[in-house]
Amino acid sequence: MDYLYYLRKEKMPHIWCDGCGHGIILKSILRVIDKLGWEKDDIAMVSGIGCSSRTPGYVDFNTLHTTHGRAIAFATGLKIVKPNLHVIVVSGDGDATAIGGNHFIHAARRNIDLTVIIYNNYIYGMTGGQASPTTPIGKKASTAPYGNPDAPFDISRLAQAAGAAYVARSTVYHVGKTDRYIEQAFLKKGFSVVEVMTPCPTSYGRRNKEGNGVEMMMFQKKNSVGVERAQKMSEEELQGKIITGVFVDKEQNNYLQRYDEVIDKAKQINQ
Amino acid sequence: MKKISKITINEKWCKSCEICVQFCPKKVYDMGRFYPVIARPEDCIACKLCEKLCPDFAITVTSPDKAESNKK
Ligand SMILES: Cc1ncc(C[n+]2csc(CCOP(=O)(O)OP(=O)(O)O)c2C)c(N)n1
Ligand code: SF4
Ligand code: SF4
Ligand code: SF4
Repeated sequence: MDYLYYLRKEKMPHIWCDGCGHGIILKSILRVIDKLGWEKDDIAMVSGIGCSSRTPGYVDFNTLHTTHGRAIAFATGLKIVKPNLHVIVVSGDGDATAIGGNHFIHAARRNIDLTVIIYNNYIYGMTGGQASPTTPIGKKASTAPYGNPDAPFDISRLAQAAGAAYVARSTVYHVGKTDRYIEQAFLKKGFSVVEVMTPCPTSYGRRNKEGNGVEMMMFQKKNSVGVERAQKMSEEELQGKIITGVFVDKEQNNYLQRYDEVIDKAKQINQ
Repeated sequence: MKKISKITINEKWCKSCEICVQFCPKKVYDMGRFYPVIARPEDCIACKLCEKLCPDFAITVTSPDKAESNKK
Protein backbone atom coordinates (compact mmCIF):
# COMPACT_ATOMS: atom_id res chain seq x y z
CA MET A 1 0.00 0.00 0.00
CA ASP A 2 1.00 3.63 -0.43
CA TYR A 3 1.24 5.19 3.03
CA LEU A 4 2.18 8.55 1.57
CA TYR A 5 -1.26 8.89 0.00
CA TYR A 6 -2.64 9.37 3.53
CA LEU A 7 0.09 11.68 4.83
CA ARG A 8 0.57 15.43 4.72
CA LYS A 9 3.96 14.93 3.15
CA GLU A 10 5.00 18.54 3.69
CA LYS A 11 4.87 17.90 7.47
CA MET A 12 7.28 14.97 7.28
CA PRO A 13 9.60 13.82 8.71
CA HIS A 14 7.56 13.70 11.89
CA ILE A 15 8.80 14.99 15.27
CA TRP A 16 8.93 11.62 17.03
CA CYS A 17 12.34 10.54 18.33
CA ASP A 18 14.36 7.72 16.82
CA GLY A 19 13.00 4.44 18.14
CA CYS A 20 9.70 5.96 19.32
CA GLY A 21 6.87 3.53 18.58
CA HIS A 22 4.24 6.16 17.79
CA GLY A 23 4.96 6.04 14.06
CA ILE A 24 4.43 2.26 14.04
CA ILE A 25 0.93 2.72 15.49
CA LEU A 26 0.12 5.40 12.92
CA LYS A 27 1.14 2.98 10.18
CA SER A 28 -1.20 0.31 11.57
CA ILE A 29 -4.06 2.81 11.57
CA LEU A 30 -3.36 3.76 7.95
CA ARG A 31 -3.11 0.14 6.81
CA VAL A 32 -6.51 -0.65 8.30
CA ILE A 33 -8.10 2.45 6.74
CA ASP A 34 -6.61 1.43 3.40
CA LYS A 35 -7.89 -2.13 3.76
CA LEU A 36 -11.40 -0.95 4.67
CA GLY A 37 -11.36 1.43 1.70
CA TRP A 38 -12.49 4.42 3.78
CA GLU A 39 -12.37 7.74 1.96
CA LYS A 40 -10.14 10.36 3.53
CA ASP A 41 -12.97 12.88 3.74
CA ASP A 42 -15.15 10.44 5.66
CA ILE A 43 -12.66 10.22 8.52
CA ALA A 44 -12.08 12.61 11.41
CA MET A 45 -9.04 12.11 13.62
CA VAL A 46 -9.14 13.91 16.94
CA SER A 47 -6.46 14.33 19.59
CA GLY A 48 -5.50 16.25 22.72
CA ILE A 49 -1.91 17.13 23.63
CA GLY A 50 1.21 14.98 23.81
CA CYS A 51 3.67 13.35 21.43
CA SER A 52 1.00 10.78 20.56
CA SER A 53 -1.53 13.54 20.11
CA ARG A 54 0.61 15.01 17.32
CA THR A 55 -0.61 12.19 15.05
CA PRO A 56 -3.48 14.08 13.38
CA GLY A 57 -1.03 16.72 12.19
CA TYR A 58 0.47 14.22 9.77
CA VAL A 59 -2.63 12.73 8.18
CA ASP A 60 -4.71 14.01 5.30
CA PHE A 61 -8.11 13.48 6.95
CA ASN A 62 -10.42 15.90 8.74
CA THR A 63 -8.33 16.54 11.83
CA LEU A 64 -8.80 18.23 15.17
CA HIS A 65 -5.92 18.86 17.57
CA THR A 66 -7.61 20.00 20.76
CA THR A 67 -6.67 20.69 24.39
CA HIS A 68 -4.97 18.27 26.77
CA GLY A 69 -7.30 15.46 27.81
CA ARG A 70 -10.31 16.79 25.93
CA ALA A 71 -10.13 14.90 22.64
CA ILE A 72 -12.98 12.57 23.54
CA ALA A 73 -15.25 15.49 24.46
CA PHE A 74 -14.63 17.14 21.08
CA ALA A 75 -15.01 13.81 19.29
CA THR A 76 -18.33 13.17 21.04
CA GLY A 77 -19.72 16.46 19.75
CA LEU A 78 -18.44 15.70 16.27
CA LYS A 79 -19.97 12.24 16.19
CA ILE A 80 -23.37 13.50 17.35
CA VAL A 81 -23.48 16.22 14.70
CA LYS A 82 -21.98 14.07 11.93
CA PRO A 83 -22.88 10.48 12.75
CA ASN A 84 -21.66 9.20 9.39
CA LEU A 85 -18.08 10.30 10.02
CA HIS A 86 -15.61 7.66 11.16
CA VAL A 87 -14.35 9.39 14.30
CA ILE A 88 -10.99 8.18 15.58
CA VAL A 89 -9.41 9.54 18.75
CA VAL A 90 -5.68 9.09 19.31
CA SER A 91 -4.37 9.70 22.78
CA GLY A 92 -1.51 9.05 25.18
CA ASP A 93 -1.74 7.30 28.54
CA GLY A 94 -1.39 10.72 30.19
CA ASP A 95 -3.87 12.48 27.93
CA ALA A 96 -6.48 9.71 28.21
CA THR A 97 -6.19 8.58 31.82
CA ALA A 98 -4.79 11.52 33.81
CA ILE A 99 -6.22 14.88 32.78
CA GLY A 100 -8.71 13.19 30.41
CA GLY A 101 -9.59 10.26 32.65
CA ASN A 102 -13.14 11.36 33.33
CA HIS A 103 -13.91 11.92 29.66
CA PHE A 104 -12.56 8.47 28.95
CA ILE A 105 -14.62 6.51 31.48
CA HIS A 106 -17.81 8.45 30.84
CA ALA A 107 -17.57 8.05 27.07
CA ALA A 108 -17.18 4.31 27.68
CA ARG A 109 -20.21 4.32 29.96
CA ARG A 110 -22.22 6.18 27.33
CA ASN A 111 -21.01 3.82 24.65
CA ILE A 112 -20.64 6.59 22.11
CA ASP A 113 -19.59 5.22 18.72
CA LEU A 114 -15.91 6.25 18.66
CA THR A 115 -12.63 4.39 18.45
CA VAL A 116 -9.96 5.50 20.89
CA ILE A 117 -6.43 4.34 20.18
CA ILE A 118 -4.24 4.79 23.22
CA TYR A 119 -0.49 4.95 22.74
CA ASN A 120 0.64 3.70 26.15
CA ASN A 121 4.31 4.42 26.81
CA TYR A 122 4.00 4.56 30.64
CA ILE A 123 5.03 8.22 30.74
CA TYR A 124 4.40 11.85 29.79
CA GLY A 125 6.79 11.77 26.85
CA MET A 126 6.33 15.24 25.47
CA THR A 127 7.06 17.15 28.65
CA GLY A 128 10.18 15.20 29.59
CA GLY A 129 9.09 12.14 31.51
CA GLN A 130 6.74 12.91 34.40
CA ALA A 131 5.02 9.84 35.86
CA SER A 132 1.66 9.06 34.28
CA PRO A 133 -1.21 6.95 35.66
CA THR A 134 0.31 3.91 33.90
CA THR A 135 3.90 4.25 35.16
CA PRO A 136 4.59 0.96 36.97
CA ILE A 137 5.47 0.96 40.69
CA GLY A 138 9.17 1.57 41.27
CA LYS A 139 9.93 2.96 37.81
CA LYS A 140 11.74 6.26 37.60
CA ALA A 141 10.25 9.44 36.22
CA SER A 142 11.31 13.09 36.42
CA THR A 143 8.65 13.45 39.14
CA ALA A 144 9.71 10.19 40.80
CA PRO A 145 13.51 10.18 40.82
CA TYR A 146 13.64 7.43 43.48
CA GLY A 147 10.92 5.32 41.90
CA ASN A 148 7.19 5.74 41.48
CA PRO A 149 5.14 4.86 44.60
CA ASP A 150 1.74 4.88 42.83
CA ALA A 151 0.00 1.77 41.54
CA PRO A 152 -0.75 1.99 37.82
CA PHE A 153 -4.04 1.84 35.94
CA ASP A 154 -4.59 -1.08 33.62
CA ILE A 155 -6.19 0.95 30.82
CA SER A 156 -7.88 -1.98 29.13
CA ARG A 157 -9.42 -3.21 32.40
CA LEU A 158 -10.51 0.35 33.18
CA ALA A 159 -12.27 0.63 29.80
CA GLN A 160 -13.86 -2.76 30.32
CA ALA A 161 -15.19 -1.87 33.77
CA ALA A 162 -16.51 1.46 32.48
CA GLY A 163 -18.63 -0.30 29.84
CA ALA A 164 -16.77 -0.11 26.52
CA ALA A 165 -18.11 -2.32 23.73
CA TYR A 166 -14.71 -3.36 22.44
CA VAL A 167 -11.35 -3.42 24.24
CA ALA A 168 -8.06 -4.93 23.10
CA ARG A 169 -4.37 -4.52 23.83
CA SER A 170 -1.34 -5.08 21.66
CA THR A 171 2.24 -3.84 21.39
CA VAL A 172 4.01 -2.12 18.54
CA TYR A 173 6.15 -5.25 18.09
CA HIS A 174 3.02 -7.37 17.52
CA VAL A 175 2.05 -5.42 14.46
CA GLY A 176 -0.25 -8.11 13.00
CA LYS A 177 -2.33 -8.16 16.18
CA THR A 178 -2.44 -4.37 16.30
CA ASP A 179 -3.84 -4.27 12.76
CA ARG A 180 -6.44 -6.90 13.57
CA TYR A 181 -7.62 -5.18 16.75
CA ILE A 182 -7.78 -1.75 15.14
CA GLU A 183 -9.86 -3.17 12.31
CA GLN A 184 -12.28 -4.83 14.75
CA ALA A 185 -12.49 -1.59 16.74
CA PHE A 186 -13.17 0.51 13.66
CA LEU A 187 -16.00 -1.81 12.63
CA LYS A 188 -17.56 -1.84 16.10
CA LYS A 189 -20.72 0.21 16.59
CA GLY A 190 -20.02 1.59 20.05
CA PHE A 191 -17.12 2.76 22.18
CA SER A 192 -14.03 0.82 21.17
CA VAL A 193 -10.57 1.04 22.70
CA VAL A 194 -7.28 -0.31 21.41
CA GLU A 195 -4.39 0.12 23.81
CA VAL A 196 -1.03 -0.22 22.09
CA MET A 197 2.11 -0.47 24.22
CA THR A 198 4.82 1.67 22.66
CA PRO A 199 8.39 2.51 23.64
CA CYS A 200 9.42 6.01 24.67
CA PRO A 201 13.19 5.57 24.71
CA THR A 202 13.82 9.27 25.31
CA SER A 203 11.73 10.08 28.37
CA TYR A 204 11.25 6.60 29.86
CA GLY A 205 13.67 4.03 28.48
CA ARG A 206 16.81 6.00 29.14
CA ARG A 207 15.90 6.92 32.70
CA ASN A 208 14.93 3.33 33.52
CA LYS A 209 17.90 1.76 31.75
CA GLU A 210 15.60 -0.12 29.37
CA GLY A 211 17.66 0.78 26.34
CA ASN A 212 16.70 2.18 22.96
CA GLY A 213 13.62 1.54 20.84
CA VAL A 214 14.95 -1.78 19.56
CA GLU A 215 15.67 -3.10 23.05
CA MET A 216 12.31 -1.94 24.34
CA MET A 217 10.60 -3.76 21.46
CA MET A 218 12.66 -6.88 22.18
CA PHE A 219 11.24 -6.68 25.70
CA GLN A 220 7.71 -6.57 24.27
CA LYS A 221 8.50 -9.58 22.10
CA LYS A 222 9.78 -11.63 25.04
CA ASN A 223 7.31 -10.53 27.71
CA SER A 224 3.90 -10.47 26.10
CA VAL A 225 1.35 -13.09 27.09
CA GLY A 226 -1.95 -13.73 25.34
CA VAL A 227 -5.04 -13.23 27.50
CA GLU A 228 -6.05 -16.92 27.33
CA ARG A 229 -2.67 -18.08 28.55
CA ALA A 230 -2.59 -15.33 31.18
CA GLN A 231 -5.77 -16.72 32.73
CA LYS A 232 -3.88 -19.88 33.63
CA MET A 233 -0.96 -18.00 35.19
CA SER A 234 -0.56 -16.81 38.78
CA GLU A 235 -0.16 -13.17 39.85
CA GLU A 236 3.51 -13.84 40.45
CA GLU A 237 4.10 -15.34 37.03
CA LEU A 238 2.39 -12.35 35.46
CA GLN A 239 4.67 -9.82 37.16
CA GLY A 240 6.23 -7.58 34.52
CA LYS A 241 4.32 -9.24 31.69
CA ILE A 242 2.19 -7.46 29.09
CA ILE A 243 -1.17 -9.15 28.64
CA THR A 244 -2.35 -8.81 25.05
CA GLY A 245 -5.57 -9.82 23.36
CA VAL A 246 -9.24 -8.93 23.08
CA PHE A 247 -10.78 -8.28 26.50
CA VAL A 248 -14.27 -7.19 25.44
CA ASP A 249 -16.26 -7.58 22.24
CA LYS A 250 -19.98 -7.18 22.83
CA GLU A 251 -23.09 -5.80 21.19
CA GLN A 252 -25.05 -3.19 23.13
CA ASN A 253 -27.12 -0.16 22.17
CA ASN A 254 -24.87 2.81 21.58
CA TYR A 255 -25.44 6.41 22.60
CA LEU A 256 -26.72 7.59 19.23
CA GLN A 257 -29.39 4.87 19.18
CA ARG A 258 -30.48 5.69 22.70
CA TYR A 259 -30.50 9.39 21.92
CA ASP A 260 -32.75 8.82 18.90
CA GLU A 261 -35.11 6.85 21.13
CA VAL A 262 -35.30 9.79 23.53
CA ILE A 263 -36.11 12.15 20.65
CA ASP A 264 -38.86 9.80 19.41
CA LYS A 265 -40.36 9.56 22.89
CA ALA A 266 -40.29 13.33 23.37
CA LYS A 267 -42.01 13.84 20.02
CA GLN A 268 -44.78 11.39 20.92
CA ILE A 269 -45.41 13.04 24.28
CA ASN A 270 -45.49 16.52 22.75
CA GLN A 271 -47.75 15.67 19.83
CA MET B 1 17.84 -15.44 -12.59
CA LYS B 2 16.21 -15.28 -9.14
CA LYS B 3 13.88 -12.34 -8.85
CA ILE B 4 14.55 -10.10 -5.88
CA SER B 5 12.49 -7.56 -3.96
CA LYS B 6 13.01 -3.89 -4.54
CA ILE B 7 13.81 -2.13 -1.26
CA THR B 8 14.19 1.62 -0.95
CA ILE B 9 15.21 3.66 2.07
CA ASN B 10 14.37 7.33 2.23
CA GLU B 11 17.43 8.71 3.98
CA LYS B 12 15.77 12.10 4.40
CA TRP B 13 13.23 10.56 6.78
CA CYS B 14 15.25 7.70 8.35
CA LYS B 15 16.32 8.38 11.97
CA SER B 16 18.75 5.47 12.23
CA CYS B 17 16.81 3.64 14.94
CA GLU B 18 17.94 0.24 13.59
CA ILE B 19 14.53 -1.38 14.05
CA CYS B 20 14.64 -2.66 10.46
CA VAL B 21 18.16 -4.02 10.94
CA GLN B 22 17.34 -5.90 14.14
CA PHE B 23 13.90 -7.27 13.31
CA CYS B 24 14.29 -8.41 9.70
CA PRO B 25 13.91 -12.21 9.95
CA LYS B 26 16.36 -12.70 7.07
CA LYS B 27 19.02 -10.22 8.23
CA VAL B 28 18.88 -8.36 4.94
CA TYR B 29 20.27 -5.15 6.43
CA ASP B 30 23.53 -4.13 8.02
CA MET B 31 23.76 -0.90 9.96
CA GLY B 32 25.89 1.61 8.13
CA ARG B 33 27.50 4.69 9.57
CA PHE B 34 24.25 6.66 9.43
CA TYR B 35 21.64 4.58 7.63
CA PRO B 36 20.83 0.91 7.18
CA VAL B 37 22.54 -0.73 4.24
CA ILE B 38 20.60 -3.20 2.10
CA ALA B 39 23.40 -5.75 2.30
CA ARG B 40 21.66 -8.97 1.24
CA PRO B 41 18.62 -8.06 -0.90
CA GLU B 42 18.62 -11.53 -2.46
CA ASP B 43 17.65 -13.00 0.94
CA CYS B 44 14.53 -10.84 1.27
CA ILE B 45 11.27 -12.79 1.40
CA ALA B 46 9.14 -9.65 0.99
CA CYS B 47 7.40 -10.19 4.35
CA LYS B 48 7.35 -6.38 4.71
CA LEU B 49 7.98 -6.53 8.46
CA CYS B 50 10.68 -3.87 8.10
CA GLU B 51 8.27 -1.64 6.21
CA LYS B 52 5.56 -2.10 8.85
CA LEU B 53 7.91 -1.53 11.79
CA CYS B 54 9.82 1.45 10.43
CA PRO B 55 8.33 4.27 12.55
CA ASP B 56 9.52 6.89 10.09
CA PHE B 57 7.84 5.82 6.86
CA ALA B 58 11.33 5.49 5.40
CA ILE B 59 11.21 1.93 3.93
CA THR B 60 9.33 0.64 0.91
CA VAL B 61 9.52 -3.00 -0.06
CA THR B 62 8.14 -4.08 -3.42
CA SER B 63 7.79 -7.84 -3.76
CA PRO B 64 9.67 -9.49 -6.67
CA ASP B 65 6.58 -10.09 -8.80
CA LYS B 66 5.78 -6.38 -8.66
CA ALA B 67 9.29 -4.98 -8.71
CA GLU B 68 9.83 -2.87 -11.78
CA SER B 69 13.55 -3.56 -11.86
CA ASN B 70 12.96 -7.21 -12.69
CA LYS B 71 10.91 -6.59 -15.79
CA LYS B 72 13.82 -6.71 -18.15
C1 LIG C 1 -3.92 21.74 30.52
C2 LIG C 1 -2.53 21.25 30.26
N1 LIG C 1 -1.80 20.73 31.28
C3 LIG C 1 -0.58 20.25 31.05
C4 LIG C 1 -0.02 20.32 29.80
C5 LIG C 1 1.40 19.83 29.58
N2 LIG C 1 1.45 18.57 28.87
C6 LIG C 1 1.65 18.52 27.53
S1 LIG C 1 1.73 16.95 26.93
C7 LIG C 1 1.53 16.31 28.50
C8 LIG C 1 1.52 14.84 28.76
C9 LIG C 1 1.51 13.97 27.56
O1 LIG C 1 1.64 12.62 27.92
P1 LIG C 1 0.88 11.49 27.12
O2 LIG C 1 -0.53 11.86 26.90
O3 LIG C 1 1.12 10.20 27.83
O4 LIG C 1 1.55 11.50 25.67
P2 LIG C 1 3.03 11.17 25.15
O5 LIG C 1 3.71 12.51 25.02
O6 LIG C 1 3.71 10.27 26.13
O7 LIG C 1 2.79 10.52 23.84
C10 LIG C 1 1.38 17.33 29.45
C11 LIG C 1 1.21 17.09 30.89
C12 LIG C 1 -0.80 20.90 28.76
N3 LIG C 1 -0.34 20.96 27.51
N4 LIG C 1 -2.03 21.35 29.00
S1 SF4 D 1 9.65 11.84 23.92
FE1 SF4 D 1 9.06 9.69 23.95
S2 SF4 D 1 6.92 9.67 23.23
FE2 SF4 D 1 7.80 11.66 22.66
S3 SF4 D 1 8.54 11.37 20.56
FE3 SF4 D 1 10.27 10.99 21.95
S4 SF4 D 1 10.24 8.78 22.29
FE4 SF4 D 1 8.23 9.33 21.44
S1 SF4 E 1 10.61 -7.53 3.66
FE1 SF4 E 1 11.03 -8.95 5.32
S2 SF4 E 1 12.77 -10.15 4.62
FE2 SF4 E 1 12.64 -8.37 3.27
S3 SF4 E 1 14.02 -6.89 4.20
FE3 SF4 E 1 12.00 -6.48 5.04
S4 SF4 E 1 11.87 -7.64 6.94
FE4 SF4 E 1 13.62 -8.43 5.75
S1 SF4 F 1 13.48 1.36 10.81
FE1 SF4 F 1 13.27 3.12 9.43
S2 SF4 F 1 14.02 4.88 10.60
FE2 SF4 F 1 14.74 3.02 11.65
S3 SF4 F 1 16.77 2.69 10.76
FE3 SF4 F 1 15.34 1.47 9.57
S4 SF4 F 1 14.80 2.82 7.85
FE4 SF4 F 1 15.74 4.11 9.39
